[in-house]
This record gives sequence, C-alpha cells and structure tokens, in this order.
Amino acid sequence: MKRMLAFIKKEFIHIWRDKRSLLILIGMPLVQITLFGYAITNEIKDANIAVMDKSKDVTSERLVNKIISSGYFKLDSYIDTKQELEQKFKEGKIKLGVIIDNKFDDNLETEGISKVQIIADASDPNTANTLINYLTAIVKDFNNELNRTNEPVFTIDMRTRMRYNLEMKSVYFFVPGLISVILMLISAMMTSISITREKENGNMELLLVSPVKSIQIIIAKVLPYTFLAMANAVTVLLVGYYVFQVPVYGNLLFLLSECFLYVLTALSLGILISTKTNSQQAAFMISLVGLMLPTIMLSGFIFPIENMPIVLQWISNIIPAKWFLIIIRDVMLKGSGFSSLWHETLILFGFTLFFIFLSVKNYKERLQ
Amino acid sequence: MNNDDYIVEVEELTKKFGHFTAVNAITFKVHRGEIFGFLGANGAGKTTALKILSGLLAPTSGRAKVAGFDVNKSAEKIKNVIGYMSQKFSLYNDLTVSENITLFGGIYSLSDEEIKSKREFLINKLELEDVKNKLLRDLPMGWKQKLAFSIAILHDPKIVFLDEPTGGVDPIMRRHFWELIYEAAAEGITVFVTTHYMDEAEYCNRVMMMSEGEIKAMGTPKELKRKFNVDTMNDVFIKIARG
Repeated sequence: MKRMLAFIKKEFIHIWRDKRSLLILIGMPLVQITLFGYAITNEIKDANIAVMDKSKDVTSERLVNKIISSGYFKLDSYIDTKQELEQKFKEGKIKLGVIIDNKFDDNLETEGISKVQIIADASDPNTANTLINYLTAIVKDFNNELNRTNEPVFTIDMRTRMRYNLEMKSVYFFVPGLISVILMLISAMMTSISITREKENGNMELLLVSPVKSIQIIIAKVLPYTFLAMANAVTVLLVGYYVFQVPVYGNLLFLLSECFLYVLTALSLGILISTKTNSQQAAFMISLVGLMLPTIMLSGFIFPIENMPIVLQWISNIIPAKWFLIIIRDVMLKGSGFSSLWHETLILFGFTLFFIFLSVKNYKERLQ
Repeated sequence: MNNDDYIVEVEELTKKFGHFTAVNAITFKVHRGEIFGFLGANGAGKTTALKILSGLLAPTSGRAKVAGFDVNKSAEKIKNVIGYMSQKFSLYNDLTVSENITLFGGIYSLSDEEIKSKREFLINKLELEDVKNKLLRDLPMGWKQKLAFSIAILHDPKIVFLDEPTGGVDPIMRRHFWELIYEAAAEGITVFVTTHYMDEAEYCNRVMMMSEGEIKAMGTPKELKRKFNVDTMNDVFIKIARG
C-alpha cells in the first residue's frame, strides 16, 4: 500500500511538472466548450435576405413582416430586378432571396392561390437547407392565418414540438459530445503517452526489475488521469449548466458512473496502445488518428450516424464514443435511467474487458 | 565449496528470438561478494543474459539460479534481492534528487525512517547537499550515474547488475564510479557488471568474455592475460574477437 502511495504521488508530480500537458489538461475543456458553445453553432440567426415584392400590397407586406419578425431573417434590402438579386448573391450580402408574385392579394381573393419563390445560396448546402426549412414553415404558418380569417377550408393543422430540446439549441447537442471527446483524449491519449514516456526514458526497465507488480504500475499510472478526466467531465457539465443552461434531467450520480465506465474504456485503450508502441511519438499518432478522429467523426458527435454510408455505420459500432454518446445524451436531455440504457452500458463494459484482455496478452508476449 | 558460495549459477542457458540465438547454452557461476565482469562487443548477448538473470526475460531453455532462486519459477522473489542499473540512464529526470531516493525507497518497501536516514546518508556521501532539491535533469551525467548506482543498492541487495553503467562518462568520473563499486563489494554485495571498456575489465575479480552468444573465455584478468600471452585485457579481447 505504501508502495502504491509513493507511486501515485510520483505520477501527480510528473503531471504537475509537465506544464505544457497540464495546460492542455485544464485549459482544453474550457476552450473547447467556449468554442462550441459560442462560436460553432449550427443554428442560424439573422440571415440576410433580399425581397423582391412585385405586388406591394397589404398581404405581401404582412408576409414580409412576418418573415423578418421571426428572428431568423434580417431584411437586407428590397430589390426590383432579378439582376440585382444575382448581384447580391455574388457579393455574399444575402443568403436567401424571396420573390413575391404580381397581384399577390388579388390572386388570393379571386383564384385562391398566389405564388412565392424562394431562392437560396446553396454554395453552403447545410445552411441553405436549414434556411429554406425555416422560411417554408413561416410561409405555411402565414397560410394558416389567412385561412382562419377567410372562410374555413379543410386543413390539417399540424403542430410540431421539439421534445428534449425545445429551442433546438446546438449547445445541448455539443456538450455531451464534448465530454465524450475530452474524456477519450485525456484518458487514452495521455495515459498511452505517459506510459510510453517511461519506456522511452528507460524508467520502465527499472520498475520491471523491482518488486513492483505491473498491475501496481498501471493503476498508479491511470489513477491521476481518471481523477483529472472526471474533474474535467464535471467542469464541462457545470459550465454547460451555468453558462449555456444545458440541463441534466437524469440522475447525476448515474451520469457520473457512466462517465466513469467510459473513462475506464478509454484508459484500457490507452494501456493497449502503450503495450503496442515504444515511443511517445507513435503513441500520440495512434491515439490521434486511431482514437480522436473516429471519436469526433464517427461517433455521431457532429455528423449523424444515420446519414453515413452503410459501411461507416457498421464501423461506428466499434467506436466506444458512439455508445457513450447515446447514454450521456439520453441521461442529460431525456432523463433516462439504467433500465433504458443497460444495452449501451453493457457494450461499453464489454469493450473495456476486451481491451484489458488484449493488453494483458500483449504484455505477456512481450516478456517471453 | 558448497552451493551457498555461489550467488549466480547458470547452466546451459539459451535464449532464442525467433531463429536468432542471442544466448547459446552458456554455463557459469559467480561467487558471493566478487566483482564479476561480463565483457563482449555490442550484440554479443550480454544484455540478454543480464535481462534473464534479473527476471526481465524468460529463458528459452536451460537453468539459472540467482541468490538461490530459480529464474523460471521464482522470478518475483529474485526481484527483492537484486539491484539493477541499466546502460540507459533510468532514474526520473523530472523528480528531484531527494524525490528519486524517496520513490525508490518506497518501491523497495523501506520504512520511512530507513528512507530518511539513507537519503541523508547518500546526499552527504555523494556531496549532493546543494542540489538535492534540483530536478535530476539539471545534474551532470556522471553525478546522475553515481546516484543511480547508489539507488540501485539502496535496499542492500545481495547482488547488483550493472549494464554498461559508465557509458558516455569521462575517465575521471569512471574512476569515481568504480570506487563506489569497490565500496559496495566490500560491504558484501556481489557486483555483476557488463562493459565494453577493457580497462574496466582490469578492475574486476573475474571476467567472462562473450561473443556471438557463447562464452569464449573466463577467469581472472591475470589468468587471461597469461593464457593469451598479452599485456592488457584489450589485447585479450582483440585475440578472442579475431577467433
């Protein structure tokens, strides 16, 4: 036990004296959550539009007002010709052009139909899509209003409700994702680098000839990182809650236990990497390419798995972060508990056991 | 002589890596308390043999006993009674002198009082008082190696294995280092040292020369020089290397 304490103390000293890593460990979560929370957002507000209102009557003006007052769009200018519209697009002044047909009001009265054309700048297809959806919804809503004041017609009144994230805030989406990336980074990358550092410096040999058991070396190695990873998870949750109002509906203790399980998975991966490599450089590259990129790209953190080609969907199944993301999102936003997440929990647990098994096997082979 | 007089007994020890035979059926014994030099060019199999004796590698075949323990069966027990210092410097560079001593004292389960008294003794003996709270990386190479050796025998092992301990150190420092080795031997610690500095071979009680995984010669420096009819150990080595 005393041996363990001496060891754990040494690991904390290593981390504490390595100021650059320390800065990464403490600074990175804060920088990332600020970036994702404020700068990187896929909601669009105040998109500039140009309106070419050919009728200029009461109803068309009401429609334009409704669009502008929605908060999603800002009127750049009224224009008169399509050439002007083209010009605005090219200058990058507007994202959408709205063209309201001649005799908007009259046609509605007499023929019951009037036309609105929407032209979007699809050089950024995601934005264009989102904006068109917003605008279509506004026009539809306007249509319903008109029907209510006129004679009743048969309409299906469809109302949507975005459950678990009423305002569709992207930060709700990012905070859980961020936790999964940060935990993976700290636990897997930092542990594998720190173990290979001992090999590179020749410290490991000295430990192996000493009466210290390998399991003691490993536990002492991973304990500080477990501690740091959990502290970071709590930091991100707190910043998310107090700065960005991201709620935690589920049981906090359950959430932290799942975080802990995921940290174990990541640590076992880090150990596995360190049994396969002898240099910090290699450990860093493997962690970065083999763990970080898939965790960011294939876990559903940023890109929805459902939209991926089928092969990538299969691959995503072996990314631990995918399962953790399901768990943490459900716990935070839906308030789910173990009864609905035991499946994912079991998978993470299985991953952990598998990685530990492989590490032990590699380790024994190396000694023979 | 009964068996207790031998601290290391090796019989037909062989280690293969795939098709490459690093150590080929070597047999030798080391007396308790002697300074045993293990010589050979790079790649002769010295380090491999040393790693087997210190429990870092399992042998392919053959038997070896260290301090009465079989390397095949009780490698863990061996670890408590040996010290080890490798050619690659291996204390912690980002710990201070004191912290390194304390850490390794803890690893070998010394009590707090023992660690404290050994720490003060060592710092005093190696004249490290002024730098005891400095990080190890700021110390000159020769000092680090003296400290590494002292830490390797901190727990009073029965035998200490030194793998090219004086690599990359100037002759004066090497001289100082060997004084430490003699002191340890005088206290009854067997010293098993590999080196490729042939002048160092002269300091040993007995030496063994290895080449291509096999033992080519063994005896006191005097015996070997007489046998090969030369004046220095360096010449002995050259004769052996030429076959």
